[in-house]
Amino acid sequence: MELSGAQILVDSLKREGVEYIFGVNGGAAMPIFDALYGETELKLIPMRHEQGASHAADGYARATGDVGVALATSGPGATNLVTGIATAYMDSIPMVAITGQVFTHYIGSDAFQECDVIGVTRPICKHSYLIKDCDEIADVVAEAFHLAKTGKPGPVVIDIAKDAQLHEALFKYPETVDIRSYKPQVHGDPAQIGKAAALIKEAKRPMLYAGGGVVLANASEELRQLTLKTQIPITVTLMGLGAFPETHPLAMEMPGMHGSCCANYAFTDADLVIAIGARFDDRVTGDLNKFAPNAKKIHIDIDASCIGKNVPVDVPIVGDAKKVLTELNKQVGIADIDPWRAQIQEWKQKYPFEYEQKADKVMPQYVIEQIYEHYSDAIVVADVGQHQMWAAQYFKFTEPRQWLNSGGLGTMGFSLPAAIGAQLGCPDKTVVNINGDGSYIMTIQELVPAVTMKLPLKIFIINNMYLGMVRQWQELFHGKRYSAVDYHDNPDFALLAQAFGATGLRVEHTEDVVPALQKAQGITDGPVVIDFIVDEEENVFPMVPAGAGLGDVIRGLS
Amino acid sequence: MNPEERHIFSVLVENRFGVLARVAGLFSGRGFNIDSLNVAETHDSSISQITLVTHGDAQIIEQIYHHLNRLIDVIEVTDLSTAGTHVERELVLIKVATEDPQKRTEVLQVAEVFRGRVIDMKPASLVLEITGDEGKLKAAIDIFNTYGILELARTGKIAMLRGSDF
Ligand SMILES: Cc1ncc(C[n+]2csc(CCOP(=O)(O)OP(=O)(O)O)c2C)c(N)n1
Ligand SMILES: [Mg+2]
Repeated sequence: MELSGAQILVDSLKREGVEYIFGVNGGAAMPIFDALYGETELKLIPMRHEQGASHAADGYARATGDVGVALATSGPGATNLVTGIATAYMDSIPMVAITGQVFTHYIGSDAFQECDVIGVTRPICKHSYLIKDCDEIADVVAEAFHLAKTGKPGPVVIDIAKDAQLHEALFKYPETVDIRSYKPQVHGDPAQIGKAAALIKEAKRPMLYAGGGVVLANASEELRQLTLKTQIPITVTLMGLGAFPETHPLAMEMPGMHGSCCANYAFTDADLVIAIGARFDDRVTGDLNKFAPNAKKIHIDIDASCIGKNVPVDVPIVGDAKKVLTELNKQVGIADIDPWRAQIQEWKQKYPFEYEQKADKVMPQYVIEQIYEHYSDAIVVADVGQHQMWAAQYFKFTEPRQWLNSGGLGTMGFSLPAAIGAQLGCPDKTVVNINGDGSYIMTIQELVPAVTMKLPLKIFIINNMYLGMVRQWQELFHGKRYSAVDYHDNPDFALLAQAFGATGLRVEHTEDVVPALQKAQGITDGPVVIDFIVDEEENVFPMVPAGAGLGDVIRGLS
Repeated sequence: MNPEERHIFSVLVENRFGVLARVAGLFSGRGFNIDSLNVAETHDSSISQITLVTHGDAQIIEQIYHHLNRLIDVIEVTDLSTAGTHVERELVLIKVATEDPQKRTEVLQVAEVFRGRVIDMKPASLVLEITGDEGKLKAAIDIFNTYGILELARTGKIAMLRGSDF
């Protein structure tokens, strides 16, 4: 029997095991939404903005490891998806973004709601397809999912002309996908792995530096084995938090601009850096000339173009982190580096993350500490800004996929919709959204679907009435000229939450923090928003000023 | 700054719409230069061959190599400048002004030197076809410039590795 292109698309998505599709309807995608109507196996989640749809798909993917799917109409629907696609691309998140396109015979004529989506998204997706013929749909979907989740994962865009959605064809889903031009290298070169093991044996001051790639490769177990077997101190980046438990004595916490002094000093003194699924991002390395100047570097990454991009590498290993670490683990033993371990412990003890409790102020760090006390097992979805850094510093992550944030693109507005995706993907987990007053209002409309679906999200706003991270830079580097960062004119978020149909609480005193968090624990029939009114001008420390070396970290206190 | 090197890449790609834009976008998005570019279908009509000349320091060249490989539609990348010795050719069409027979005779003599072929002749101009490597074409163009070039069209470089000895 012949099916419409739209039906073929829906059936193809089901063949890929897709549970949820996040979208906003519109003219050029109507046949697809029509095919989804009444569908129970593949549930359509109507979001309030396409950006929300793309972040929700992304959050679902980060929390579950499966491909997230977003759907939008042509033109403005598609351009609204762009921020979410770029966000997923920068963090290598497996996602498929589907957009309707105008009729084939209108393409290129500046038709109503026409936009060259393939052109617009070319630099921000792993690959893209324009489908003009319904015969292609099944094959393209199979390829797109294969590309999104294998090799270095990433978003794939499928743009489908409306006539291809409407025309009919036989549905035949390919059993296997073989793309002759796409053969990711997953097995590390044994000779290189041998060299790495030899370097590890010789090193006197080695350190492990793990990134989001470890989480993406589901290689946390292997990373833990490597660390425990060698007893080499480890720092995990913002993108990888949870890949190794931060509560472990060997954990140095995250490195970089707002990372721990211990991790940054370790880089500066190390004689060997073993990078795994981390990309020597400028926010981690600081001034490259001063970065790990005495260290040989081993770099394990699935993406050859990532290796040697910022920092010269002595032993490059291209491959899947899980496979490479499995091999490496067979060749290493406990490292004979007691003096170095003692040095690390000394730094750790001497320079923990710390803050000053100001009188009559709710300190944002205290709120995070208490969130950790009450929700240590939760999935935490943070937005972008100071609150994100405090969450990374003061919440102790112990499991991969427990911490979700837009690290690469730093997209404000990411967290609420991403939390919706995470909650749908992990219904048995508590999902905590740590948001900023500036970030929250960028995608606040997504509270509507959260309320409609009665998702028990814990939405905690660290409200400093400022675009705090920018204000901090203005304070430190622009003579306190607070240009366009004052958010005192924001609405009352607790009242607003109630208007949305959620529970809304406001906390203005330190002694009310814990009772409010406890109260939130008891609310399970829908989202609860707590607006924590915190110290307005608190800054994030430690801080490595832009352009400085990691050794020049400003510790803040003391 | 590390010394800049010139490299010729031979890139085999799927013969589909949009592939050239992906390759070009890779360069423009990263501020890498394309000095010359040639694209055409191969003997297998599903595959196109791109010959691409670029320059940069060793690290940039390595990046270009990896990024080309990373494109999904790219089947194979060869850096001809390092993979062995290669042969290369370009082709130029030059329309030279030949107002009087005296000048025409001279132009034809010069064309002979460069083994150029006359492919069109009008009373006041003629069109020459010359093939060769970059140095030869440059020399030819310099000379014909002194006679007055009316129009010039030139292909990008095409190149391939020499065959093996056995
Ligand atoms: C979409 C977007 N616009 C602008 C920025 C620049 N930016 C980075 S952090 C920040 C402030 C965020 O404010 P808020 O959400 O209140 O968090 P806070 O820093 O106060 O904790 C801004 C504007 C960004 N990252 N993303
Ligand atoms: Mg703020």
